[in-house]
Amino acid sequence: MILDYVGVKEINGSLIVLDDVDNVSNEEMVDIRLEDGTVRHGRIVQIEGKRVVVQVFEGTKSISLDNTRTRLKAHPMELALAPEIMGRVFNGVGTPIDGLGDVYPVKKADVNGTPMNPVSRVYPRNYINTGISTIDTLMTLIRGQKLPIFSGSGMKHNELAVQLVRQAKISDGEDNQFGIVFAAMGVKNDVADYFRRSFDESGVLSRVVMFLNLANDPIIERTLTPRCALTAAEYLAFECNMHVLVIMTDMTSYAEALREFSSSKGEIPGRKGFPGYLYSDLASLYERAGMIKGSKGSVTQIPILTMPNDDITHPVPDLTGYITEGQIVLDRQLEGQGLYPPVSVLPSLSRLMKDGIGEGYTRADHQPLANQLFAAYARVQDARSLASVIGEEELSPIDKKYMEFGKLFEQYFVNQSYSENRSIEQSLDLGWKLLSTLPRTELDRVDDELLDKYYITDTEQLKFNTIENTSQEQDKDV
Amino acid sequence: MATKDVIYGINGPVVTVKNTRTFSMMEMVYVGDSRLVGEIIGINDKLTTIQVYEETTGLKPGDPVYGTGTPMNVLLGPGILDNIFDGIERPLKAIEEQSGSFISRGASVSSLDLEKYWNVKIKVKVGDKLTGGMIYASCKETAIIEHRFMVPPALSGTVIKAEPSGKYRLMDTVVTIEDDKGTRHELKLCQKWPIKTARPCANRLPATVPLITGQRVIDTMFPISKGGTAAIPGGFGTGKTMTQHQLAKWCDADIIVYVGCGERGNEMSQVLDEFSELIDPKSGRPMTDRTVLIANTSNMPVAAREASIYTGLTLAEYYRDMGYHVAIMADSTSRWAEALREISGRLEEMPAEEGFPAYLPSRLSQFYERAGRVDTLSGSEGSVTIIGAVSPQGSDFSEPVTQNTKRFTRCFWALDKSLAYARHYPAINWMDSYSEYFTDLDPWFRENLGEDFIKYRNMITAILHEESNLMEIVKLIGSDVLPDEQKLVIETAKAVRVGFLQQNAFHKDDTFVPLEKQKLMMKAILHLYAKAKHIIAAAIPISGILELGLFERLAKMKYDIPNDKPEMFDDLITDIDTALAALTK
Repeated sequence: MILDYVGVKEINGSLIVLDDVDNVSNEEMVDIRLEDGTVRHGRIVQIEGKRVVVQVFEGTKSISLDNTRTRLKAHPMELALAPEIMGRVFNGVGTPIDGLGDVYPVKKADVNGTPMNPVSRVYPRNYINTGISTIDTLMTLIRGQKLPIFSGSGMKHNELAVQLVRQAKISDGEDNQFGIVFAAMGVKNDVADYFRRSFDESGVLSRVVMFLNLANDPIIERTLTPRCALTAAEYLAFECNMHVLVIMTDMTSYAEALREFSSSKGEIPGRKGFPGYLYSDLASLYERAGMIKGSKGSVTQIPILTMPNDDITHPVPDLTGYITEGQIVLDRQLEGQGLYPPVSVLPSLSRLMKDGIGEGYTRADHQPLANQLFAAYARVQDARSLASVIGEEELSPIDKKYMEFGKLFEQYFVNQSYSENRSIEQSLDLGWKLLSTLPRTELDRVDDELLDKYYITDTEQLKFNTIENTSQEQDKDV
Repeated sequence: MATKDVIYGINGPVVTVKNTRTFSMMEMVYVGDSRLVGEIIGINDKLTTIQVYEETTGLKPGDPVYGTGTPMNVLLGPGILDNIFDGIERPLKAIEEQSGSFISRGASVSSLDLEKYWNVKIKVKVGDKLTGGMIYASCKETAIIEHRFMVPPALSGTVIKAEPSGKYRLMDTVVTIEDDKGTRHELKLCQKWPIKTARPCANRLPATVPLITGQRVIDTMFPISKGGTAAIPGGFGTGKTMTQHQLAKWCDADIIVYVGCGERGNEMSQVLDEFSELIDPKSGRPMTDRTVLIANTSNMPVAAREASIYTGLTLAEYYRDMGYHVAIMADSTSRWAEALREISGRLEEMPAEEGFPAYLPSRLSQFYERAGRVDTLSGSEGSVTIIGAVSPQGSDFSEPVTQNTKRFTRCFWALDKSLAYARHYPAINWMDSYSEYFTDLDPWFRENLGEDFIKYRNMITAILHEESNLMEIVKLIGSDVLPDEQKLVIETAKAVRVGFLQQNAFHKDDTFVPLEKQKLMMKAILHLYAKAKHIIAAAIPISGILELGLFERLAKMKYDIPNDKPEMFDDLITDIDTALAALTK
């Protein structure tokens, strides 16, 4: 028996309260029909006896106490899934907005998903070659990983994300099974359009599923957008055996939507007004990355978040960093120097890289080389802070060497063009070449065997040509 | 006694029942038709509040709630080791068989395998008097661990029936005892214990035996005792989990309980992978033979996260009572505290600092106080060592969880972001960290490693402190202006940092270093320091000493000298002497 409930008891922000409701279940979906015939969607978020609280996705504008009829749908929020969702564009709650009609569902799945059994997980080991030196060498992306980009407003994170999508290559060449799920949360229209155009130009649009919740779309939909996107990703990965790269931008907008929703529910706020369950909530998204036994597919996540005021201790980047397996941090100072991609090497990290690189994956010298580069570049920062006090002239000879190394490292290793796709060998050799500008005795993180093999003593080979493209020069060296 | 009541309200993981008097505080209940596990956390005359350990999607008012009459408890018996459980002791492997790769709700599986036959040796005969905690039988649980069956602490009596040794299942009665009042109790191969109650012991012992971890910065600089407590605070990416993994792999406890509390799923699968491949050096058996994993990943229900810490502790105490040394790794206690905050928020309790409930300090102290080295009820010695990771928000150590943890733990291994950025691992900051166990443990070190060990440690600490003072000056005016004597301190401190404190977890020798080698490494560094100081006093410039490459050799001695060849340190010291002698000629 389907019952309509006429009118509402209370309206508060995006929430409405109904009374005398029977047979309602937690998280159930509802349709709310207004007098003018438009239908809004909602979800039960709290039940107290016969009084229920409903979250209205499209907002409560023009709802009054008695102009609505509410109908319970008797099932939780579900997403229609089929292999044909590839190439389609949906709004934040999974309704098609590209004018191609509804998806004929092969399967319907609860967007909240269920937690993966840790026993069923396959520990991710295969690296994804991104063609970007800093990422491949120092914070290698692994299939099944969640590696966020910490950025700030106005920085080139979108370009970097597009370059990652375009160049990402899986080592064992199963490229045909590659898919992309793109979730936009509260991004500007232009940004969404930039992504769409870039995917089109690089010829991957037919492999992309887009979920768009733009900056002026309702915030309640925004809280569901990543869930829809990840449900689609899980379906493609674990049932269609595809390698799915999920790009979610911007997680800060998502968290702010959650905060808005939480405060309208009257919940006790935690740090900076964000709800106390922000960690669990973010985890329920990020933890949906991974690989499972018995399926060839994988879900790899690259969430993008803009740090308000470039503050890495803000709750959103902070909690994200605790859940994700590393982070790629962009730096405004590097960006200011005209370097692209402005990856700040020292705070960036990939936790899964240690098991996905080295012999059999990339090259045996990868890990020691990466350690040495980190250590040397950390030393550069010490030298720089000293130089800012006593002046570069007064530095000891070894500190001067480090200053020089730092400059070259940023110019040739960090910096590369938007279209440049470096192989892993190129990046590693470039790393050795840079380290060779330092005295051999300074390299205490690598053993002698590797130094004998890779340390370049011939000063002719150590010239860095400022005009020539580095990769061409690199070819000559090899 | 099972009773029936119905759901009134639902808010996230919190469910309420109206007008009932049947439940007691902390009682375990089943909620709804799919029997989700929950616990009673609040009662007043109108409403009874339940926290549900699983997702509450789809629950309806009017759904039944079943009481169990007992508090939240775990089943203790053979089969715990080499297993992986969720936060309320449900075996994840069995759940996988039942519901596939994703965990469905209301999965009802027995904690331990009830059908498996264990080869049990009965150790009592009719007429024996047994008291609580005494051992009445044993079996081989894994190749290296003998499981000892103990009389539940509250029971005692005379054996009136004992089965012969042989193969039995978990629920089979093997011994029957009769107490003073004439009541008979059947002793099976398992018992239940409420997770929030500490298991009793005969008496507590002082913290005089160190837990040896093979990690230099811990064993030498900030040692922990068996039965001690330690906190590892650090922002993300500073290597908390890595440090915990290293400790779990190498510390000399008999049994490891690893609680992944609100952490990453991939990390748990890494632990599973690594521990089953890793061979325990003492027994030659896979690490998993002596390990229990409790995995409540961050996307699993938040209420079960709160329980997972207690579940882990109860299992640890159970093995302690058998006479084992148990180390429990809790990664991370902050997630547990946040789970408390989340539940507290749902209950609309008045928050204290940063939204955490006011009872946070008392919960933390109750947790850490369950550690200790004890005489067990059966007369043997056992210990539970708690090592808890703390993930401070915004890497700020002044936040409530870190501060309160500091009050209740005696070791504080502060992880440092700048060390981690320079890939100096373990990134334990030697200036911020401390251990209160020095005085308790010094007699042990003196006895087993000689007077020198403590002397060396104090000298190394002094050098590091002096360096830290000098660095203040260097930051302002550069190192060139320092006198040679102070430059030597800086060089020596660098050798200590790179050669001694920094340890490579991926190097076959360096991942675990015996105490003897730790001592000899300190000796080599201090030997060079003393000699060089002498030479500098004779007005020979330090640049001459640096050119000899001796400091570089010290930095690489951890790789160059294998763990089983301590005699090579004599050669190193001779080399140092010859090289320096050539300089003074």
